[in-house]
Amino acid sequence: MSKLTVNTRLLRKILVGFIREEVGKVGLNRAVLGLSGGIDSALVAYLAAEALGPANVHACIMPYRTSNPESESHARLVAGELGINFEVIEISSMVDAYFELFPDADNMRRGNKMARERMTILYDHSAAGSALVLGTSNKTELLLGYGTLYGDMASALNPIGDIYKSQVWQLSAEVGVPQAIITKKPSADLWAGQTDEQELGFTYREVDELLYRMVDLRLNRKELVASGFAPDFIDLVYAKVQNSHFKRRLPVIAKVSNRTIDRDFRYSRDWGK
Amino acid sequence: MDFTVALAQIKPKLGCVADNLGLVEAAVERGIQEKAGLVLFPELALTGYFLKDLVPEVALSLDSPEIVRLRELSRYISIAVGFVEVSADYRFFNAALYLEDGEILHLHRKVYLPTYGLFDEQRYLARGERFRAFDSRFGRMGLLICEDMWHLSAPYILAMDGATTLLCLSSSPGRGITEDDRLGSTAAWQKLTATSAMFLNCRVLYCNRVGYEDGVNFWGGSEAVTPGGEVTARGKILEEDFLLAEIEEGALRRERIFSPMMRDENLSITLKELRRIERERDC
Repeated sequence: MSKLTVNTRLLRKILVGFIREEVGKVGLNRAVLGLSGGIDSALVAYLAAEALGPANVHACIMPYRTSNPESESHARLVAGELGINFEVIEISSMVDAYFELFPDADNMRRGNKMARERMTILYDHSAAGSALVLGTSNKTELLLGYGTLYGDMASALNPIGDIYKSQVWQLSAEVGVPQAIITKKPSADLWAGQTDEQELGFTYREVDELLYRMVDLRLNRKELVASGFAPDFIDLVYAKVQNSHFKRRLPVIAKVSNRTIDRDFRYSRDWGK
Repeated sequence: MDFTVALAQIKPKLGCVADNLGLVEAAVERGIQEKAGLVLFPELALTGYFLKDLVPEVALSLDSPEIVRLRELSRYISIAVGFVEVSADYRFFNAALYLEDGEILHLHRKVYLPTYGLFDEQRYLARGERFRAFDSRFGRMGLLICEDMWHLSAPYILAMDGATTLLCLSSSPGRGITEDDRLGSTAAWQKLTATSAMFLNCRVLYCNRVGYEDGVNFWGGSEAVTPGGEVTARGKILEEDFLLAEIEEGALRRERIFSPMMRDENLSITLKELRRIERERDC
């Protein structure tokens, strides 16, 4: 029995309120996000449109020349359904210009560069349109480190960073994300035919059940094995969480003074808001 | 006596005492207009919750202009409000005041400072040392701040000290999403307020804030609970609200006749056993 089933109406209310209030606190009323054609960014677009009104949500669709054409058409579908502003910004010329200098770069380097190229575009649009950048990384990706540091992991506000992929599916159905986007296989679309689950070596549903018990419920290894998880799977996932922890932290600062940022100089980000 | 209580379910701004005092004054004015006898505010209503290193910057002494202003307003309506108190020896307390007829009738300094999970209060704040009931024009009361209420001994001591009304000021972060239509923290608090009222034959007036701080929501749902554990008024979930509840003296009288547990509660057995436990722990 899955422990990941959530009350989607309540979850929607919390996340819509989060976007509305946290954007408003900065003195803004607009948000910008990258629409990939996948479910995570689609869900965030739906939540943002509900929170801020479609006219205040700007989507950047940023395909690379090898991106699956279906991704762009799904991104356009979301923007069209919601009536939010969008523009298509091809990143091929920027990324290719760079890799002309490094033609031997592998898929990982190319994928990371694309993710970071998109980030710079979103932050430029943030400044241009006085709009906060919304993150679209879910809790599963963040815990596994399945994302690019300072790329797709960069944002001002992330409404879905505390919900697992299995919960992203549930909430997407609740808010009305088109069925074709909910049912297709998740893919980072960094190269042809890539799917997340093939690359990770397990399904989101499997790993979400494990992560929920490991992280949220704090079951120890013995209890996880007793719950039916294979020891190898537990160890693999634990190592992924541990080894990617640097991606979830600010850069480490060498301490020399009495008050070091984030160690003994501590303020909430909403300081004065 | 019968009276009307107002529960001001506000959304304080983090670290902005002047703005929050404005919110409090507006709600006090509204309470006066609505002919409420008492208005409750959340824990840290004047400052916001996740203060961290801001604690010394937002702290007020009892003779500060802000507190003097609220004392003045209490000539027209009694006020229970949370703030950060700085003492003369520069300790900082998560504190609450009960103001009435222009006077500070009671100061409670939060005793149980949660420091686990998402909480870090003991890092920044000093711990209060006492639970004392006090007499108000609405009868004898006890004042608790959020986590205090989760320690059975705290409302118990106040009830044993004669309180028949328990005021609980709260900044409860919403967490624990499940299939239920309530967050885990909401469900837990609703059990706690009703059960405490029933155990102690006391009415419970619970005021919780709303809003978000760094992604953490505060869920609201302020309540007036009868001494029988029945919720007679409940604030909106996750939204600002201004709730009025009629408090009926007769409900207290009848409950104390039907369920005289507090009359029968045996202080000397409790003390004897607690002393034994203390002795045995020492060895």
